[in-house]
Amino acid sequence: MLANSGRRVAAALLVPSVLVGLWWVLTAGSTNFFWPPLSTVLRAFPDTWFGERIGTDVLPSVARLTAGYLAAVVLGVAAGVAIGRIKTLRALTEPTLEFFRAIPPPVLVPVIALFAGYTGDLSKIITIALGCLWPVLLNTVEGVRAVDEVLLDTARSYRFRRRSRLRHVILPAASPQIAAGARQALSIAVILMVISELFGASHGLGASVVQFQRGFAVPQMWTGIIVLGLLGVALSVIFRIVEHRALGWYRGQRQADRGL
Amino acid sequence: MRRDLPLGLLGLAITLAVFEVLPRSGLVDAAYLPPASEMLRELGTVAGEGEFWEATGQTLRGWVLGLLIAGAVGVSAGIVIGGVPLFREFTASTIEFLRPIPSVALIPLVVLIYGSRPQSALILVVYAATWPVLVQVLYGVADVDPVARDTARSYRFSRLATARTVVWPTALPYVLTGFRLAAAVALILEITAELVVGVPGLGRSIGVAQSSGAVPRTYALVIVVGVIGLLVNVLARALERRLLHWHPSVRREAVA
Repeated sequence: MLANSGRRVAAALLVPSVLVGLWWVLTAGSTNFFWPPLSTVLRAFPDTWFGERIGTDVLPSVARLTAGYLAAVVLGVAAGVAIGRIKTLRALTEPTLEFFRAIPPPVLVPVIALFAGYTGDLSKIITIALGCLWPVLLNTVEGVRAVDEVLLDTARSYRFRRRSRLRHVILPAASPQIAAGARQALSIAVILMVISELFGASHGLGASVVQFQRGFAVPQMWTGIIVLGLLGVALSVIFRIVEHRALGWYRGQRQADRGL
Repeated sequence: MRRDLPLGLLGLAITLAVFEVLPRSGLVDAAYLPPASEMLRELGTVAGEGEFWEATGQTLRGWVLGLLIAGAVGVSAGIVIGGVPLFREFTASTIEFLRPIPSVALIPLVVLIYGSRPQSALILVVYAATWPVLVQVLYGVADVDPVARDTARSYRFSRLATARTVVWPTALPYVLTGFRLAAAVALILEITAELVVGVPGLGRSIGVAQSSGAVPRTYALVIVVGVIGLLVNVLARALERRLLHWHPSVRREAVA
């Protein structure tokens, strides 16, 4: 048992440590301007990020990301349930939604910049929300559409109210698909957070990384890349934990279905 | 599906009408949102320009090239890693760690090294599009029926024959799903690189149009990019259906 978990930890850590080790060794004596030694990058790290930058750049970026993302999830699920339940509405909106979904989200930035300029927080939050909306919305529609009609009829004949039908039948049945959409949206949210700051901002995680790059502060730029990477990883871990808790019943059911 | 088509067209028409009425009625300033008819007229003008077609060609070229490289890398790495349980066990954490690193984090680096040359876009596209393919291939290889695998082994199939007749057919639906996802991601990153880094292509044209105040042109180009995205989705799905016509998931869809 102990040996087994020891092996698992070793398996999880071996390749990453080899990669970091390689990075360290290959860049150790590096005089190449673009690839500074990893030791230099790590030394620059605390000075760059542990000062006031957390308050002025990192947290505001993360706050905008969270606000935009959550707005998209709430709106997407609400609209998705309505469109998924009402057949005519679905037929009416489907091609239009497919078109909006197909627009690569980064081009939202210049369009929104037309309306409000691109300096404030709100324009960035709207960008993130609009980009994340479509995967959540369309996946919710699919999930709601696939709800078992027998379940719904049963709920109806037991005189479930509309609201409890929604809460106890429709939303749970659609939730695996909603989670799939929310996961797609998360990576779009990070992309848009960075791009919206590259476009017009003096503050924020993405903006600082670009300032480092423009000022040829290469080790600092690398620390920024590392921070963005860590943020991406942290968000996906948080997502996995939330999903794990919310969809625990679903995994159990799937395992039972497969006879495991 | 066929019956829904008129309603869907009606929906599109309503959307266009809303985009026509909002600016005309003054609810939204026409300086930010020109009426739909103006966007479409501009689209006609744009379509007559050689410059536009050149930009479209550049975007599509970057997208296809990046997607092909990502597909080759993803499939070959996926089959090697997925086929050897030891590799699979030892690379899982690395893949889980590298995959969520947002590709846009690499933008400053590629700008330093390649500036606004197409290589910048290519690196971003390949990095972003490889993951969906790789991960789907890994799922696919893991999904091979153990009984089928054992049967092949007891009939002394060669390694190659097993790969071709047992592993590949199981993995194919996953591979195609990976490609469909990767195609969309690759387009997003190609446009991003053009817009943000200034790599030549439609994304850069949109940025130029916006910053020079050519509002209808900005919208016209956004519509073009949307249509390209839509075609990418539709083509990827058609390809999937064609190559997988024998597969239960496709056949079930056809019956329902």
